[in-house]
Amino acid sequence: MSLLFQFLIGLLFGTGLVVAGMSDPAKVQNFLDLAAIPSGGWDPSLAFVMGAGTLVTYLGYRFVLKRKQPLFDNQFHLPKKTDIDAPIVMGPAIFGIGWGLGGFCPGPAFTAVGTGSVQAIIFVVAMLAGMVAARLLALRQIEAATHTSKA
Amino acid sequence: MTTEFTPIASAIGGAMIGVSAVLLMATHGRIAGISGIVVRMFPPYLDKDAGGRFMFILGLVAAPLLYATLTGTWAAMTIAASTGVLIAAGLLVGFGSIWGNGCTSGHGICGLSRLSVRSLVAVATFMTTAIITVFIARHLF
Repeated sequence: MSLLFQFLIGLLFGTGLVVAGMSDPAKVQNFLDLAAIPSGGWDPSLAFVMGAGTLVTYLGYRFVLKRKQPLFDNQFHLPKKTDIDAPIVMGPAIFGIGWGLGGFCPGPAFTAVGTGSVQAIIFVVAMLAGMVAARLLALRQIEAATHTSKA
Repeated sequence: MTTEFTPIASAIGGAMIGVSAVLLMATHGRIAGISGIVVRMFPPYLDKDAGGRFMFILGLVAAPLLYATLTGTWAAMTIAASTGVLIAAGLLVGFGSIWGNGCTSGHGICGLSRLSVRSLVAVATFMTTAIITVFIARHLF
C-alpha cells in the first residue's frame, strides 16, 4: 500500500509538472532569460508554478505537521540544519549553472524520460553520476569529521 | 524558441505539485525533494525505503503517458542543448543538487513553504547562477 501511494504521489507530481509546462526545457530557459524582457520573449510562467506550489504546500504543511505522525511512518523527517555553510551556497551555485545550460532540473528530467526522449535519458544518466559522486563525497566528509572529533 | 505565457495552467500545475508534496508529508513524513528521493534509490542505503522512492520516480516517468492518454496530445518539449552540453548540465545539476541538499522542489517548493532560511539562500543562489548562465549562453555566444 505504501509503495502504491508513493507511485500515485509521484504520478501527481509529474502530471503537475507537465500541466505547468515545466517538462519543456525551452519554457524554463525562457523564464531564466531576463534579457528577453524588452523583446517580449520572456516567459514568466515558472513564477506561477513556484508561487502556487509554495502556497499550497505552506497551507498543507501547517495542517499535516500538527498531526502526531505520518500514515506509514512513526515520525516526520524534516531537515534539522539551520546554519548557512559553504555547501548551501556552492551546491545551488553549481546546480544553477547546469539548470541554465540544459533547462532541466531533476523532476522535469524524469518526466522528459517518460516521453521517450533519448536526449533526456542522456541528461538523466549524467545527473545520476553527479548525484552519486556528490553523495559519496559528502558521506566521506561526514565520516572524516566524526573520526577527527573522536580523536 | 519562444513559448507561450501560461499563467493559469502553470498555477494549476504548481498547485498539483503542492498537493503532491503535502500528501508525501502526510503519508511518509518526507520532503518532496526530487534530488534527495533520486539519490536515496542508490547505495549506501541508510534506511529501508529505496523501493518506495523508486515507485515515486516511476510515477514521474509515467506522468507524460497519463497526460497524453487524458488529453490526446503529448506535452511540448524542446531541448535546445547539444548532447555534450546536456552531459555537462546533467553532471552539474546532479552534483550541485546533492552538494546543496536540494533542488528546485526540495528547496524551492518545500523549503520555502517551511520558511527555511537555508532554502531561501539556496533558491536565490541557483536562480542567480541560472539567469547568468542563460544570459551568457544565449546573448554572449
